[in-house]
Amino acid sequence: MIDVINLKKSFGQLEVLKGIDLTVKKGDIIAVIGPSGSGKSTFLRCLNCMEDPTGGQIIFNGVDIADMSVDINVHRRHIGMVFQHFNLFNNKTVKENIMLAPVHVRCQELRKAKRKKDAEKAGVNMTKKQIKEEAERQAIDLLKRIGLEDKADVYPSTLSGGQKQRVAIIRALAMNPDVILFDEPTSALDPEMVGEVLDLMRALAKEGMTMIVVTHEMGFAKEVANRILFMDDGQIVESGDPKEFFADPKTDRAKEFLSKVL
Amino acid sequence: MGNFDRKIERFLEIFIDQRGYVTVLEGLQNTLLIAVLGLVIGIVIGTLIASVRVMPKYKTLPRVLDKICSFYVAMFRGTPIVVQLLVFYYVLLPLLGIRITGVQVSIMVFGLNSGAYVSEIMRAGILSVDPGQMEAGRAVGLSFLTTMVKIVIPQAVKNILPTLGNEFIVLVKETSVVSFVGASDLYVAFSYIGSNSYEFMVPYLVMAIIYIVIVLIISFGIKMMERSLRKSDRRN
Repeated sequence: MIDVINLKKSFGQLEVLKGIDLTVKKGDIIAVIGPSGSGKSTFLRCLNCMEDPTGGQIIFNGVDIADMSVDINVHRRHIGMVFQHFNLFNNKTVKENIMLAPVHVRCQELRKAKRKKDAEKAGVNMTKKQIKEEAERQAIDLLKRIGLEDKADVYPSTLSGGQKQRVAIIRALAMNPDVILFDEPTSALDPEMVGEVLDLMRALAKEGMTMIVVTHEMGFAKEVANRILFMDDGQIVESGDPKEFFADPKTDRAKEFLSKVL
Repeated sequence: MGNFDRKIERFLEIFIDQRGYVTVLEGLQNTLLIAVLGLVIGIVIGTLIASVRVMPKYKTLPRVLDKICSFYVAMFRGTPIVVQLLVFYYVLLPLLGIRITGVQVSIMVFGLNSGAYVSEIMRAGILSVDPGQMEAGRAVGLSFLTTMVKIVIPQAVKNILPTLGNEFIVLVKETSVVSFVGASDLYVAFSYIGSNSYEFMVPYLVMAIIYIVIVLIISFGIKMMERSLRKSDRRN
């Protein structure tokens, strides 16, 4: 689904990613680990072009999205992202947070179809109101799933960190993405809230969602991921099966890292 | 104080019996018209400029726009508003062959001028919003513009509302120079009453009170707006 070919990224003189290759198949759960400053987050952020790569290709569903001439917004709708600091929209209620992007995108499609006067042919025969109602129903369903339907109409400032992050995850889910990128989703949480977020991620993994997770939760990586990427100094130093990697790391750098974190 | 009583009598005579209040109401209308429309134009221009100036600048177009915007801001912040009024009324518009009234030109100049100031206020507001908000919007596939309009600017406005209120108050008070281009505002109205009665003390005193009352009303309105916009901050 995603083919990363010789991905490079520099910030000015500083080369952060020094040529990364990776193939992600549907249903893969990839945990990216490594010391801080190794380029994990930058790598993840390059995958949906939050940072524009300075070299290489990212083939997502057959299109090179690293190419500046493609409309990145269209592709980002199929790539969910969850941030370390949640980044819920502060001026929107929880429900609006979840509905915003789906409603906006579908209304945009509707306008486009109307302009071409082939609304029925394109299968977009809903009115704006129906689009909103459906998105609202979906938002409530997603909120029920995480047990927060009573929080639908409150603002994010009233939620706990764990609740915020779970809402952020279902906000990404609301777009029905092909893959979700997680950028240290539990690093900003109080320890007691880490569990609820990881539980939700586990559930997603079980449903077959493709996930790429930058994480410091080694337990989670070992248990849920089907592949580990160990990064250091802008390169993938070691990659492979989690059980093998944690039991018997091949490289010295990985051994040293694991001895510090385990 | 007998003297002062006589002055008040004289003022009331002109104000009421000789229908001076009509002039004053017209002046008040023009003052408010210029200030309110000026602010509205200013907010629109200011928001556009601020959005351009915070755009990522990899491509050529945003860079060129950015240069144009800084030139604009430098021009309008670098000259006194009276000079701008005079230049527009006596130089630019005649050269372009456009003939409009003093009030219209005042609305235009105050709008353009306040656009330059509001752009900097708005830019500060936009920068005060957590960059994560923009990232989250972009990450779900919204465009820069959509994220700006739906997410960032509403939060920015909330942060800068007190400063924006300041700008409005400044605008109301600065309108007192529009007589330079022949627009009749509050100041012109009271000067007219003063020169008709050869008595300036009371008219100018009343004028000052009217300005204060306007400003107090605006301050109250802003406080109310702030309160309703702070909804999303409340923890219940």
